[in-house]
Amino acid sequence: MLEIRNLHLAFDDLVLANDISFSLKAGQTHVIIGPNGTGKSTLLKTLFGDVQPQQGDVYFDGEPLNRKQLSKWRRRFGYMPQDIRLDVGLSVLEVVLLGQLDALSLKLGNRLLEAALQALDQIGLLHLANRDVRTLSGGQCQMVLFAQALMRQPKILMLDEPVSALDLHFQQVLLDHLDKNTKQHGWVSIMILHDLNLAAQYADNLLVLKDGKLVAQGAPKDILTPELVHEVYGVTAEVMLDSAGVPFVRTQRNGHHAALK
Amino acid sequence: MINTTLVTEAVNAQRRYEKRRWFVIACLLMLLLFSFVFDIATGPSLLGISQVSNALASLFGFPVEVSHITEMIVINLRLPIALMAVIVGGSLGVGGAEMQTLLNNPMASPYTLGMAAAAGFGAALMLYLGSLGMSSQIAVPIGAFVCCMLSASLLFGLAMMRHITSGQLILAGIALLFLFQSLLSLVQFVSSPELSQQILFWLFGSLTKATWSNVAITAGVTLVCVLVLLKDAWKLTALRLGEERAKSLGVNVTRLRLKTLIIVAIMTATATSFVGIIGFIGIVAPNIARMLVGEDQRYFLPLSFLVGAFLLSSASVLSKAIVPGSLFPIGIVTAIIGVPFFFWLIIGKKR
Repeated sequence: MLEIRNLHLAFDDLVLANDISFSLKAGQTHVIIGPNGTGKSTLLKTLFGDVQPQQGDVYFDGEPLNRKQLSKWRRRFGYMPQDIRLDVGLSVLEVVLLGQLDALSLKLGNRLLEAALQALDQIGLLHLANRDVRTLSGGQCQMVLFAQALMRQPKILMLDEPVSALDLHFQQVLLDHLDKNTKQHGWVSIMILHDLNLAAQYADNLLVLKDGKLVAQGAPKDILTPELVHEVYGVTAEVMLDSAGVPFVRTQRNGHHAALK
Repeated sequence: MINTTLVTEAVNAQRRYEKRRWFVIACLLMLLLFSFVFDIATGPSLLGISQVSNALASLFGFPVEVSHITEMIVINLRLPIALMAVIVGGSLGVGGAEMQTLLNNPMASPYTLGMAAAAGFGAALMLYLGSLGMSSQIAVPIGAFVCCMLSASLLFGLAMMRHITSGQLILAGIALLFLFQSLLSLVQFVSSPELSQQILFWLFGSLTKATWSNVAITAGVTLVCVLVLLKDAWKLTALRLGEERAKSLGVNVTRLRLKTLIIVAIMTATATSFVGIIGFIGIVAPNIARMLVGEDQRYFLPLSFLVGAFLLSSASVLSKAIVPGSLFPIGIVTAIIGVPFFFWLIIGKKR
C-alpha cells in the first residue's frame, strides 16, 4: 500500500496540493484525472521522491520515504515519465535493458537479454527488438518505454499519460496488460489519464484533482457524474452506463465554459 | 506463450550487432597502429617502417638488430611524442564523449565549455609572471592545470544545484569560454611582443613538449579516468535518454553528473597542460564514434578514445609532412584536415 499524508506542495503562489491524503492499495489500478496544470505529474514526482513537498510524508507498506536513501526507495518503482522522445543511438532491446540498470554489467548475459525480449513479446513488439529507436514512431517509442518500465519488475508502477501517442490497438494492449499484471502480481499501479472513458474503464480507484484538492475519490461508477465533470472541467456532459455497467462520458458540442478558472 | 524461436533470433541478432561493433573497434586499433608507426618514422630523418618496428621490438626485449642511432631517435625523441599523440587524442575524445553524454548535446566538449580556454589563460598568465621563478617547463603546465580546474569547479558548483538543467550548464560553460578568452587576450595585450609570441606558440598546441615523465603522468591519469568512466558505462548510457528518464531508472543524476564532470576536467586539464590547446578532436571524435557504433557506452567510450587517438596521431604525421623538415603546429593541422572530413560525415550520414 502506498500512502501519502497531509501533502502540501506549492511553487511560489501556485498551490498544487493543499492538505491531500490518500492511500493506494496493492493489486489495484489507480487513475488520476484533473485539468491541465493541476499538478498531477508533480504528484507522481513527489511519490517518487523527486519533488520535496513543503509538508507531508509518503509511506510504502508503512515505511516512510527517506531522502537519504532515495535509490533504495526508487528501486521498487517502475516510472514512465510523460516525455516519449527517444533521440539516442540505441536499439530497442538496449533501451528496454536499461530498465534493469542495476543488474547490467560490461558483459551482457543471455538471461537479461531474454527477459527484455520477453517484456517486448508480451506487448507485441518483439519484431522491433533490433531496430534503432530513432527510426520508431512516437507511439512505438511509448510502447518501448512501457516495456522498459515493466523490465524493472516494479512493486509500484507509475505511468504519466501512457497512451497519449498510442493507436486504439496499442491503447488496449497496454491497458489490458497493465490491468492483468496489476492484479496478478499485486502491483500498486498509478496512471494519469486525460480520457475519462478509458479512466472509467480501467480504474479500480479514480482520484480527481483540482486546484490542489482531491475533489473526489472512489470507484468510477460511484463518483463519475455530470456534476463532477462540470465542476472539474467546466464542460457540460452526459454520463451514461454501458452494457457492462461502466460509466461513459459524452460531451456536448459547444458545451465548454470559457470563463472557468 | 512466449515465442522462443523469435526470442533466440533476436538474441542472435544482438550478438551479431555486438560482434560488428568489436570489429569496428579492431579496425580502428589497426588504423591507430599504422599511424603510430608512421608518426615514429616521420621527422627530420626519415626512418624505414622496418627500422621503426625493429626498434620497438627490441624495446620489448626481442633479439633484433637495430643501429644505435635509430634506437636513440625512436626511443628518446620520437616515441614520447607519438605516445603523447595517442594518449592526448584519446583523452580528448573520451572527454568530449562524456561531455556530450552529460549535457545531452553533440556540440559539447571540454573546449566549448571553456576548460581549454581557462588552461590557455593559466599558461599565458604563468609566462607573463615569468613562471614565478620556477622552470617554465614545470610552471606553465601547473598554471594551465590550476586554471582549468578552477573554471571547471565553477561548473561543478552549478551542476550540484538540483534545478540546473543541461542547457543552463552549457550556457554557463560558453560564458566561461568567453570570459577566459578575454582574460587571455588581456594578458597578451599587456605582454611584450616576444612574450606574446611565446604565449601564441603555447596556444597552438604542440606535442614536442612531450618527455617520458609527462607521458607517464598523462597516461596514468587517463587510464584511471577511463576505467572509472567505464565502470559507469550503463548509467551514462541511461543518462542519454534524458535526465528525467535516467532518474526514473534509478540513476542519481546529480552525483553522476558531478563525478563525470570532475573526471573529464582532470583528464582535460592534464592533457592540455602538457600539449596546449587542441580544440577540434573533443567534438569530432565522439561524433564519429557515435555514427560507427551507436551510444551503448561499452563501445562508444573506447571507440571515442581510439578515434581521438587516431585523429591526433595522424595529424601529428601530417604536421611533419606538410612542409618537410619543419613542424607545423598540430592544433592548426587537426582542424584544417578534420573539418572537411567531418562535413563529409555529416552530409553522408545515413540512418
